[in-house]
Amino acid sequence: MEKIIVCLKRVVDYNVRIRVRPDGTGVMTDGVKMSINPFDEIALEEALRIRERGQAKEVVAVSIGPADCQQQLRTGLAMGADRAVLIETADDVEPLVAARALLRIVEREQPGLVLLGKQAIDDDNNQTGQMLAALWNRPQATFASRLELDGGRATVTREVDAGLEVLSVDLPAVVTTDLRLNEPRYVKLPDIMKAKKKPLETLALASLAVDAAVRVRSLRYAEPVERTKGTMVTDVDALVAVLRDKGLLN
Amino acid sequence: MARVLVIAEHDGTHLNQSTARCVSCAAQIDPAGADVLVLGADCTAVAAEAAALQGVARVLTLTRPENAAALAAVFAPQIAAVASGYGYVLGPSTTFGKDLMPRVAALLGVGQVSDLMGVDGPRSFRRPIYAGNAVLTVEVPEGLTVVATVRAASFRPAGAGGTAPVEALATSTPVPAHTRFVELRTGSGSTRPDLQTARIVVSGGRGVGSEANFALLYQLADRIGAGVGASRAAVDAGFVPNDMQVGQTGKIIAPELYMAFGISGAIQHLTGIKDAGLIVAINKDPEAAIFQVADVGLVGDLFQVIPELLKKLG
Repeated sequence: MEKIIVCLKRVVDYNVRIRVRPDGTGVMTDGVKMSINPFDEIALEEALRIRERGQAKEVVAVSIGPADCQQQLRTGLAMGADRAVLIETADDVEPLVAARALLRIVEREQPGLVLLGKQAIDDDNNQTGQMLAALWNRPQATFASRLELDGGRATVTREVDAGLEVLSVDLPAVVTTDLRLNEPRYVKLPDIMKAKKKPLETLALASLAVDAAVRVRSLRYAEPVERTKGTMVTDVDALVAVLRDKGLLN
Repeated sequence: MARVLVIAEHDGTHLNQSTARCVSCAAQIDPAGADVLVLGADCTAVAAEAAALQGVARVLTLTRPENAAALAAVFAPQIAAVASGYGYVLGPSTTFGKDLMPRVAALLGVGQVSDLMGVDGPRSFRRPIYAGNAVLTVEVPEGLTVVATVRAASFRPAGAGGTAPVEALATSTPVPAHTRFVELRTGSGSTRPDLQTARIVVSGGRGVGSEANFALLYQLADRIGAGVGASRAAVDAGFVPNDMQVGQTGKIIAPELYMAFGISGAIQHLTGIKDAGLIVAINKDPEAAIFQVADVGLVGDLFQVIPELLKKLG
């Protein structure tokens, strides 16, 4: 195929301990490390491997968000993407708006495959890929742990509750990635230097004429109700006694 | 007519328990009851199970050969066509619902409330974000269909005793042929209780050490009638198949008793068990994070504790 589009979301790094702002308006992000959503990083790695096997010619990384997303796109370029597109907006972007904006890029670029993470680790919505596939009227294969391309088709192994499901889909298609699809490569310093010269195009979200009306309004953020630390027992007898006392074991 | 439509999850023969939990959630939105929509190549047995749930007003079926496998691209346009008469469309937050429901929402031109864990009002809901490290209250504006995936662990299954009528719907919606089901490989293939419905779950982590060592957990599980789960570390290490993974990116479960052996307690794992009734943790490391959330903790070597447990339980 000619090209693969990979979607990269800028999120709070997975190692950061999340704290809710005391006024409930969001989580604290000031001075917090930001990264590519780990699932999207897996999507990019898969796209690069497909290109390296000679099954695609170009990998285009796309992000939606504030100008700072350029950092994550540069990281994607350093990993090996050929060029990048930032759809810039200062507003929060709901999955449906993201899908509509991505559809504009997909219509322009005509990729053979769109790869993105199954969910972002910030809002955990798990929607954008499915919504893009619906709007594009193309197949979707979510939660992929294995992806094989053969001519105009992809065979995708999906991690589902019952085990592993295998789908065959016609291309172009949307595939969302699960954790075990691959292990993303590390970026090397010379690649970071090279990435600075790769093309990064910026488009204003407003210029894409996408309906961005709010459909799910975020009202307030709260800390979860934590479980409290219980008691420690010193031996198996005590453990069995507790469980029998509560009627959980006989 | 009911205002809430619940999309049934099933395997062709039996209704998945997540559907009964969605019906419970629906009752909190509208006590008048929900309609349940079953899509399949033969919906008879599943529809009968759905009709027997309390809180179900009607069971609707869409029976056609294309519905033999639950393909989101095939199901979504059919659901969207039925959904136009409803204010709410709910599916379970299982891999079935997570795959399907956003596709339905996009066809309806609305957003989706993912992992709905609480109903605060007719249009206001709570959901976990950041792997459960925060809870977000959202509101869906008036006039928009509410599409949501329901976090099963947050709702009790609706009880039995219903006698809802079953109605077959016309199946004229065009469906695509670009997506084909090839096969389903069930990982563990065991006869043990299903993780998501088991009363007791025994779970192992990296500390179990190997695939062979998991036999010890299976032995305990079989003695006490438990399902068996695992941490992501144990799945990544290849000790057990992916369908046993408990946690944010695996299964979110709420058994009455959860026994964690050799699991350190990474936040993404804890997210998957925090609605459990009683959490028991056994770990060699007294500093393991799992002890911070466990109701009962025992510092010890699982290779000594499990045989001793088996002996005491007889």
